[in-house]
Amino acid sequence: MAQVVLPSSLAKYTGGLKELEVEASDIRGVIRALEARYAGIGRELEEGMAVAVDGQIHQDDLFAPVAPESEVCFLPRIGGGGPLTAPLKL
Amino acid sequence: MATAKQEIGNGNGSLKYVGTRPWRPDGVDKVTGRAKFGADISLPGMLVGRVLRSPHAHARIRSIDTSKARALPGVKAIVTRDELPDIPNQWVPAGEVAVNYRDMSQNVMAREKALYDGHAVAAVAATSQAIAKQALDLIEVDYEVLPHVIDVREAMKPDAPVLHDDMFTEGVEPTPETPSNIFKKVEFSSGDVEKGFGEADVIVERTFTTKPVHQGYIEPHAVVASAGEDGQCEVWCCTQGQFTVRAYCANLLGIDIGKINVTPSEIGGGFGGKTVVYLEPIALRLSQLAGRPVKMVMSREEVFRASGPTSGGAMTIKMGATKDGKITAAKAWLAYQAGAFPGSPIGPGCMCVFAPYDIENAEVEGYDVVVNRPKVAAYRAPGAPISEFASEGVVDELAKKLGIEPAEFRLMNAAKEGTRALYGPKFGPVGCIETLEAARNSEHYKTPLGPNQGRGLATGFWFNIGGESCATINVNEDGTATVIEGNPDIGGSRASIQLQAAEALGIPPERVRPLVADTDSIGYTFLTGGSRVTFATGMAAIEAAGKVVAELRARAAKIWDIPVDAVEWEDGFAKPSGSNAGDFEPMSMAEIAAQAGKTGGPIAATAAINAQGAGPGFGTHVCDVEVDRETGRVTVLRYTAVQDAGKAVHPSYVEGQIQGGAAQGIGWALNEEYIYDKDGRLENPGFLDYRMPVASDLPMIDAVIVEVPNPNHPYGVRGVGETPIVPPMAAVANAIENATGVRMTDLPMSPPRLLDAMDNGGSNGGA
Repeated sequence: MAQVVLPSSLAKYTGGLKELEVEASDIRGVIRALEARYAGIGRELEEGMAVAVDGQIHQDDLFAPVAPESEVCFLPRIGGGGPLTAPLKL
Repeated sequence: MATAKQEIGNGNGSLKYVGTRPWRPDGVDKVTGRAKFGADISLPGMLVGRVLRSPHAHARIRSIDTSKARALPGVKAIVTRDELPDIPNQWVPAGEVAVNYRDMSQNVMAREKALYDGHAVAAVAATSQAIAKQALDLIEVDYEVLPHVIDVREAMKPDAPVLHDDMFTEGVEPTPETPSNIFKKVEFSSGDVEKGFGEADVIVERTFTTKPVHQGYIEPHAVVASAGEDGQCEVWCCTQGQFTVRAYCANLLGIDIGKINVTPSEIGGGFGGKTVVYLEPIALRLSQLAGRPVKMVMSREEVFRASGPTSGGAMTIKMGATKDGKITAAKAWLAYQAGAFPGSPIGPGCMCVFAPYDIENAEVEGYDVVVNRPKVAAYRAPGAPISEFASEGVVDELAKKLGIEPAEFRLMNAAKEGTRALYGPKFGPVGCIETLEAARNSEHYKTPLGPNQGRGLATGFWFNIGGESCATINVNEDGTATVIEGNPDIGGSRASIQLQAAEALGIPPERVRPLVADTDSIGYTFLTGGSRVTFATGMAAIEAAGKVVAELRARAAKIWDIPVDAVEWEDGFAKPSGSNAGDFEPMSMAEIAAQAGKTGGPIAATAAINAQGAGPGFGTHVCDVEVDRETGRVTVLRYTAVQDAGKAVHPSYVEGQIQGGAAQGIGWALNEEYIYDKDGRLENPGFLDYRMPVASDLPMIDAVIVEVPNPNHPYGVRGVGETPIVPPMAAVANAIENATGVRMTDLPMSPPRLLDAMDNGGSNGGA
């Protein structure tokens, strides 16, 4: 089971849980599993978040592999010298 | 220049071209004036566009009467709020980000209210500059002037003038029932902060402010737009992202993306400020109405009054440490100006504030606050220089109170591989410790200081990003190659893409010509920003080169009539892989290209990728200053900037990025600020009064490149463009403290403010 770490702003979907376990083989699978458990969280994760799998940050990379022992950490999208037309969804 | 280089790790030793310093592909064009910038583009029958801007910081627009202007001979089109589509208030995905096109449209042209001095309220296209200016004078705007607010803390108060009556703070439970200027609250936390402070022997708490500053690019915004009778549109402009301009124009004007082609000009500086649109949709709309091309160029005053600077910020930082030098807890409260519409870099500001350190217990709370100033745009490592100015000041003060040498204290707490960042993930291989050690061990750091002189050190962090990029490589008949990519070159990416393609092809870089293409000529490529291009588009070029090499091997195999597996590629030549493969002389890329028509046709390849695994950047700067105690003037005597580049593809460009970031940061530290009068009008919209550093103000910035390879890039590359602007403000402030004993907490640390602080024992400003 992959270990999932959520930012505190999404704890409203999970009843306060920030760390939980999910069985999935890629990032999309993680998001789907979380949406099945906590309705509404999926869209927030997919559109507003980047994902770090074992420390490596992925943005818009739904099919990045997730191993059973992976740590999947959701974090705000990282802009940089450009994309600040939007507030980061936290 | 005292440039040093420290090789760390391995995997880069066999590189032949990456890491060298060939002539810049655009160098001759730039020094001869041949390069075409935004304002250099002209078309037959072209009209001149000008913008009428609000003189008020906050005003309701009761009416706009353009009848007299329309009657003026030579006026061909006028655009006001009535000529632009209304767009719903919603955040929609747009490439890497979410965008609120309603806000963007209202920033491009005011609707019900003008929200800052300089906000566009009308635009004219005419046959000459003089007629356009005369027409602007004939437009009558009836304003109801409203109270305004600029200071971020004032804007957060319950009785502050409210800019948007439909803004209810997000990120708090329950959602407020009354509107305010606070768009969003963000929070990050780890561990138990109160427990951490309880374990501390020393605690420091300080409040800081920074002023809004402009990116200060030399080239003003400029565009030529042409809308054809068939609906096809052409746009030429200076931008950091032609695909972004295309998407924004399409959405703001209701045009299919496929009907707009955007060609980026050379760019005279951007630093994040040219990632948004101001003139482009207006010029396109004027062209639609006039049926002729329209050219618009901002004046310097317009650049200051109407284009996006970065936020001013207010921050309180509290940190605690034990006597033996371990930081046990850290807490930050941050509020950033967003300008007239939501979207300050408060998120990255919060995420970066303690990133250089391994801190178990931390809490950060941030606020995105709208004020009556231009909507902020990105500026190099957006948000990080502001928050890290504050945290690095407190770190320095903690070290001083503990009696631990500042570099040593930082090293004792430095982030390293495996450190969990406050925003979630654990770092992979990073160079924080390596940059600190290089700075501490530098000759500069050991040099004695004179009277009234001080030395400051500060460390900074920036994420760096990857993202979507395309690259195409065409092999020419003579074996030269063209690499086509979609990122405007703002910091040397032509050279870095050229070098990476050359390395992968095995041919000298002078045989690879890099080209930046328009949106019709290359696949979607996210904009130049986030220090991503050399990393992400470089990876696309390497992948395209790999496909080309595979095809070259296949062609050689055909010519030799042997299996492709029996052909290897080395230094630009196809060779039999061994004696069993056959006895053939190595065949050059030129020889294979010359026979391309007979062996299958042209040789070309494209790669389209979404690059992941950008390596974070750390830098450590050392600054020596001398303070004139009579005038408060600070002279920067010596400056050394150390940065982890992963692998410096073209070291001269990396050094240039480091020097440029340091220079901009020193200006931010010492002199730059927007000054408003009591009515909220900008009083210093020009380079005479907005004081950026010039060459004579600064010493040579000594750039030191450290190379801790990024394992996610074939050559170990990390982005380098943004990190160097993060440490300077704290490095300068720490140096001033070292020279005077006064902790400056408000930027800029200009002579009057420093004099006042030396007289009164501290600084006191606002954002």
